[in-house]
Amino acid sequence: MTNDWVLKDLLGLERLGAANIEAILDAAASFKKAPSPELLAGRTVAFLFSEASTRTRSSFEAAALRLGAECLSFSAAGSSLAKGETMLDTMLNLQAVGVTHFVVRHERSGVLEDLAPKLDACVINAGDGWHEHPTQALLDLLTLLERWGSFKGRKVVILGDIRHSRVARSNLFALRKLGAKVVFCGPTPLVPDAFAALGVQVVHNVEEALKGADAVNVLRLQLERMEQGFVPSLADYALAYQLTPARAGLMKPEALVLHPGPMNRGVEIASEVADGPRSVILEQVANGVFVRMAALALCDQGRARG
Amino acid sequence: MAERILIVGGLVIDPARKLEAVRDVLIVDGEIREVAAGLSKKSALAGAETVDARGKWVIPGLVDMHVHLREPGREGDETIATGTAAAARGGVTTVLAMANTEPVTDNASQLAFLRAKAAQDAKVNVLFAGAVTVGQKGERLAEFAKLRAAGAAALSDDGRPVMNAGIFRRALESAKDLGLLVIDHCEDLNLSSGACAHEGAVALRKGLKGSPWAAETVQVARDIALVELTGARLHLAHLSCAASVEAVRQAKKRGLPVSAEACPHHFCLTDDMIPGYDADWKMNPPLRAKDDRAALIAGLADGTIDAIATDHAPHGCAAKSAGFDTAPFGVIGLETSLSAALTALYHTKALTKRQLVERMSSAPAALLGLKDKGTLAPGADADVAIVDPDASWTPEAPFLSKSRNTPFAGRRLKGRVLHTFVAGRPVVHAL
Repeated sequence: MTNDWVLKDLLGLERLGAANIEAILDAAASFKKAPSPELLAGRTVAFLFSEASTRTRSSFEAAALRLGAECLSFSAAGSSLAKGETMLDTMLNLQAVGVTHFVVRHERSGVLEDLAPKLDACVINAGDGWHEHPTQALLDLLTLLERWGSFKGRKVVILGDIRHSRVARSNLFALRKLGAKVVFCGPTPLVPDAFAALGVQVVHNVEEALKGADAVNVLRLQLERMEQGFVPSLADYALAYQLTPARAGLMKPEALVLHPGPMNRGVEIASEVADGPRSVILEQVANGVFVRMAALALCDQGRARG
Repeated sequence: MAERILIVGGLVIDPARKLEAVRDVLIVDGEIREVAAGLSKKSALAGAETVDARGKWVIPGLVDMHVHLREPGREGDETIATGTAAAARGGVTTVLAMANTEPVTDNASQLAFLRAKAAQDAKVNVLFAGAVTVGQKGERLAEFAKLRAAGAAALSDDGRPVMNAGIFRRALESAKDLGLLVIDHCEDLNLSSGACAHEGAVALRKGLKGSPWAAETVQVARDIALVELTGARLHLAHLSCAASVEAVRQAKKRGLPVSAEACPHHFCLTDDMIPGYDADWKMNPPLRAKDDRAALIAGLADGTIDAIATDHAPHGCAAKSAGFDTAPFGVIGLETSLSAALTALYHTKALTKRQLVERMSSAPAALLGLKDKGTLAPGADADVAIVDPDASWTPEAPFLSKSRNTPFAGRRLKGRVLHTFVAGRPVVHAL
């Protein structure tokens, strides 16, 4: 690979420059064209997931295996973490076992910021609290880039529970750096106006937000948000904000529909839209493997250069 | 022979007497005996121990009405001995220890025990608050008369607000009958539930749950209405936002017996300064926005905010490294409060030196009814601090406090305490 990547960790996209984001997207595109089954031979990838995950974890495992790395599985329940060991001690021990890459999902925002610098191994954020989920955003970007070629002048709407979404934050940080305009849409309790300070347009009317958009990324509405009083009911939310065929039709004719999954059909998105011609939802999942290959490989390169 | 100490040539600042002039201060047997020019030339004082304070400020020892000493229950984080050593280092000669100990100081026997322990261990004067409600659960009133008889200096459920307005009303009424000051931590728990930071762009960007400023002001407004209803005196702890300051300003204009304090971290720092997820910057109420900080400073300048208090809240490193959202709230402050206040208020010309000393010494002494403290009047307790207002230094761990959780670590401050006397005894001597 020829690039300037020197970082051993991928913790988020907020602090990456456009060149680094493009380097990951380039590497992902090249893995998609040409496999590289020996690139990470001898490396060991450990998974520390304190939250449930199907898509992200299997996608990372597939990525590691396709590059020739070994995978060490680890679940927080029943581990030494559950016995009161600190996360740093757990990771230092696994590093001593020979782990070269940690892929971590944690319910706490920012948990990796202090840990990563204390480890020699690469640390890749697979979702921290409400903070960042960089590889999810990168696979969204790769999917859009394949269709568009460039983000300049594009309008991307992110629709749904943005307050609690690490996907929305990572998408915002990266899309803005690559020149797209980002609109956050949803009810005020889930999309507070203060988001405007991050350089995003906040719109609470879904029709207005979607008008003329090039893509919409629809976020899942979690059931617990109802219990917490953020929305009165899922049905009420769906009436006001569900991406229906009529609403999708307000976007540009060739506009795309994304969803990071898991989908609640009939809540935030109508099945006709999820399965319709604009939907690139399964392309996103497929691209996820290549983006994660790129993340593992570039961080490995950064680890060697560091 | 009487013990005599003569503090020579310092700028004596005694707001209670509107005195701000170069004077010598004579201390005899733990009391201020005389404050006058030229005492050092009197032959009768030859042989007295002298302290050269030329070019320095000589001020009444600071009174910090909001401190957590963690004893009993969390002696690993702080004790009466270490917390009061930290106080002395910062020129603080009297502290009010809050009641959220483990177990809660909600009964006379524990309060009496703590006073006895302090008599043995403390380096400075320690007053104790009793809890407002049993176990600070906000449900049943503690026994105020017994607490007062045991020596409680105030009543507070600090750390936890009394959410039930009906119970808080009865607390104010009973405290008024007994002449006890109630101190409230204003926070609507339904608005702040689960939050670890100020609600705003910074928390949104970092993915942290924020508490809106209104969580405080809703409760401030409720409290002011209850003061008007009951006529009781009420002191509002650690105001953090502009709207609360304005609510107190209006209440004072109407003549209500409300007072308030602000903490150095709130008037020095803002949420956008928090480095990453460093929980040494996490406290409750949280660091807020720039406008809030400016309003606190304006409130301190115009007297809306009567006192500066630290909310000194020690927590061990392990607890504080548990991550920003799960780490406990609180920062230490006793060793840096005067320096931080000088840096942010005096050197910026927001407050005069006399106003600053008033907010940190005479005003809190008056709020707590301490007639012999907060002043250098003859006959007052010889609690004195000598301060170099221009000395720059950078606080760094280790501290005299057992804990090191402070956002001021590594930040350059201007102004430093050189000597502290408690009842005429030198507790801290120049470094």
